[in-house]
Amino acid sequence: MSETLDQELMLGTESPLQDNILITQVDKLINWTRRSSVWPMTFGLACCAIEMMATGASTYDIDRFGSGPFRATPRQADLMIVAGTVSHKMAPRVKRLFDQMPEPKFVLAMGACTVSGGPYIKHGYHVLKGVDRIVPVDVYVPGCPPRPEALLEGLFRIQEKMERERLFDRTRVGARPKILVE
Amino acid sequence: MNRASIVADVRKAFGERITEVDEAALEPFIRCEPATWPELARFLKDRCGLDMLVCLSGIDRGKGVGLEAVYNVERCDAQRAGIAVKIRVPYEDAVIPSVETVWRTADWHEREAWDLLGIRFAGHHNLVRILCAEDWEGHPLRKDYKSPDRYHGIKNNVV
Ligand code: SF4
Repeated sequence: MSETLDQELMLGTESPLQDNILITQVDKLINWTRRSSVWPMTFGLACCAIEMMATGASTYDIDRFGSGPFRATPRQADLMIVAGTVSHKMAPRVKRLFDQMPEPKFVLAMGACTVSGGPYIKHGYHVLKGVDRIVPVDVYVPGCPPRPEALLEGLFRIQEKMERERLFDRTRVGARPKILVE
Repeated sequence: MNRASIVADVRKAFGERITEVDEAALEPFIRCEPATWPELARFLKDRCGLDMLVCLSGIDRGKGVGLEAVYNVERCDAQRAGIAVKIRVPYEDAVIPSVETVWRTADWHEREAWDLLGIRFAGHHNLVRILCAEDWEGHPLRKDYKSPDRYHGIKNNVV
């Protein structure tokens, strides 16, 4: 390594990196950093949120996978975990929060309610029958409520999706799911 | 003051205007016409000391009977003596005088009964929907309610 670059990187003579060169693809590097710190938005709408909190607590410890910081603002979040029953009254608010998140953004539908309406599918006059009717959902985690392991599995699926992102493909063709219109 | 003396007091003061008394029921209650209600509510609070409206429930009793409002009022002391008041109104003219000035709790509870069952509380200062969206149509807990096929273009009845 040349001396100038060494100084630029502020590596001392004792640094283990001194005699090495690191090579990677920018895509891979960015995706690696991105998937290692998926920050979800604090978003609990009903009973499923309790399991989401359990996932964050010490037994399941979502922090191990870099998703510990639940952000209280959409501007700092990459992942929206919709945990709970979305009523028709809440739907526009969910949509607005999703719109406020910066790209790239991902949505995880947690629980039967957000997947399809769940227990309210027939008699829940006020319940949105699946959150994919208002926002594009990347990963569905069924269950009423899903266990924390299931939510973690959903997070891994999101991370897999993130690894397939390409830097210059702004449209993310094929990656972005569609909103269900019926 | 216990329940028996409350009922006795109310009977003495209102006489025939109390249309039914059932002290043997699981939830002992008295029944009156809507017109009697504001006066009875004041009496219960000021004379009998029932200063807490624990619950206001609306019920759809079905065709031929109409809608009903049930007020559970209690005394805030160790004995917690209390009574339920039931008021029945027909569907066509579902109006009950508001008691939000007697018990402040009634404010939101009356809005809820209006929202879900369509009982109008005359004299309420802000009788608008509390749970359903503002532009919701119909009163969902009525027995003949049909949920909308679409709400803001989003399909609602999927099964
Ligand atoms: S899926 Fe079940 S646990 Fe989750 S919000 Fe719906 S009813 Fe509650």
